[in-house]
Amino acid sequence: MLKLVKARLLQLVFVLFLLSLLTFTLMKLAPGDPVLRILEVDELAVTQADEAALRKELGFDRPLLVQYGEWMLNVLQLDFGNSYIKEKPVLDEMIARLPTTIQLTVGGLAVMVLIAVPLGLLAAKYPGRWPDHLSRFLALLGASIPSFWMGLLLIYVFAFKLQWLPTMGKGSAQHMILPSVTLGFAMAAVYARLLRAGLLESLSQEYIRAARARGIAEWRILWRHALRAALLPVVTVFGMSIGSLLAGTVVIETLFSWPGLGSMAVEAIFQRDYPVIQGYVLLTGVFVVVVNLLVDLSYGLLDPRIRYGKGELS
Amino acid sequence: MNVNVSTVFRQSPIRRNTWRSMLRDPMTALGTGILAIIILLTLIGPFIVPNDSLAVKMSERLQSPSWQYPLGTDHLGRCIFSRLVAGAKTTLGISAFVIISVTLIGIPVGLLSGYVGGRVDALLMRLVDGVGALPEFILAIAISGFLGPSLTNLMLSIVLVKWIGYARVVRSIVLSEREKEYVLAARVAGCSTWTVLWRHLLPQIISPVVVLAALDIGKIILIISALSYLGLGAQPSAPEWGAMLNDGRPYFQTVPELMIYPGVAIMLVVVSCNLISDGLRHILDVRSR
Repeated sequence: MLKLVKARLLQLVFVLFLLSLLTFTLMKLAPGDPVLRILEVDELAVTQADEAALRKELGFDRPLLVQYGEWMLNVLQLDFGNSYIKEKPVLDEMIARLPTTIQLTVGGLAVMVLIAVPLGLLAAKYPGRWPDHLSRFLALLGASIPSFWMGLLLIYVFAFKLQWLPTMGKGSAQHMILPSVTLGFAMAAVYARLLRAGLLESLSQEYIRAARARGIAEWRILWRHALRAALLPVVTVFGMSIGSLLAGTVVIETLFSWPGLGSMAVEAIFQRDYPVIQGYVLLTGVFVVVVNLLVDLSYGLLDPRIRYGKGELS
Repeated sequence: MNVNVSTVFRQSPIRRNTWRSMLRDPMTALGTGILAIIILLTLIGPFIVPNDSLAVKMSERLQSPSWQYPLGTDHLGRCIFSRLVAGAKTTLGISAFVIISVTLIGIPVGLLSGYVGGRVDALLMRLVDGVGALPEFILAIAISGFLGPSLTNLMLSIVLVKWIGYARVVRSIVLSEREKEYVLAARVAGCSTWTVLWRHLLPQIISPVVVLAALDIGKIILIISALSYLGLGAQPSAPEWGAMLNDGRPYFQTVPELMIYPGVAIMLVVVSCNLISDGLRHILDVRSR
């Protein structure tokens, strides 16, 4: 186990190095000269000497490797510079927007659980019958419908036509419904199928037969005994797909003008606000990579049957 | 010499009856049918569309369907049907390009890594693990954020991430196949590394790669249209389905058709790709039989 943790931590360091290198390289390749940009803001007559002086002051005349090292030192201290537009530290802006994104994610997950668990249980209880077909149909729909388009349809029906819910923005609890449903539906479709597969597999196990022989009610067996074993692959896949969950928030936050991290990143791209893009890419990148690592390591904790033993490395 | 060995042991992975079994399953047949019609429309599109997909006619904006405009016109008086057909070319063309690129990178890397092994394998796999750990949407945001939003940059970021899966799958198959008798026989018979890879191992990896690719195409189409909708892919005025949705957004409330058609088009293509991939997985993947 310790050996595994060590190997994975080494890999983590390598991945984070790759991420930082990629961000730094892309930033250097970005069109537009930051020196000229800063000078233009001052709106004074710019001479070659001014330009060279500022270039020297900012350290842009030094070798790239030195610049990378210095940049890395700042990043390690969570200093991502100031936003070009708001002229405030990027980190502050991100921290201010983080709760909003978490709120949307929790809403989406709640919708996901509310759809996926009953549907998965029903599909496993009646395989080959209508709940199973319904879950299969929803899975196909969920995998094929563009989430932003579903969001648009929901806005059209529930906000324009029926006028039950607000169109966009953040505020009351009602504002949360449409974005959460849009985010949760696509996930629910996947997890309902996953849960069904896991349940069917655990239902064929010996201990389920033993529980049936003891005369325990079928629903209780499904809920208490089978579900627990079936949740492991679900949790694993969930951890692995945290990246696509964040991708979903980018699309849905922009669609519903939800002021979270995702819409911040998209706005920054259009405003060419490079420090903000950099902060978003680095912090979410680190987050996803670390979560994936934790999920990888948590297999053993969740299921004692596959706890990593003696020198085993996979 | 190697001709004998390869004719005896070579198995053709996609058999002639693959097509027949695909058409026997109703859902797979449905998917294949829809996709075939869309591809046909794309190919003959330029000859049958009534209007230029880019021609702006402000005098004929937001018209309802007519003989001249089968699905009506958008907010700039452009023919929606013509734009949908042109959009199919963009979407299918890009996803085909992405899939071909990722297989062309992933298969050689996987073959080399699995067959040569040793230090080459260790090095390549470090790279695969490293790049594979980066989520593709973060890469997409980084690339379009720093280099500017465009369809080319979007394609670049998808290719950069997607080849990983192919390299991994190919490597794992090569690792298990290379110890088998037919490969040993081929090597004893004096086949070069190249011949072993090309004539003996490549046929083994075709079906898993096809299954993976069929699954990926749907996802790629969804990513491209979603990012184009956000304005990070195809730019407005380009006939791309996601960009069309972005373009017509202010008019959805009054003319919902502007939003319905491109969305349905995306969904039809992705549904048929997913149906085909389900069917293929069933037919080609021995484990699921």
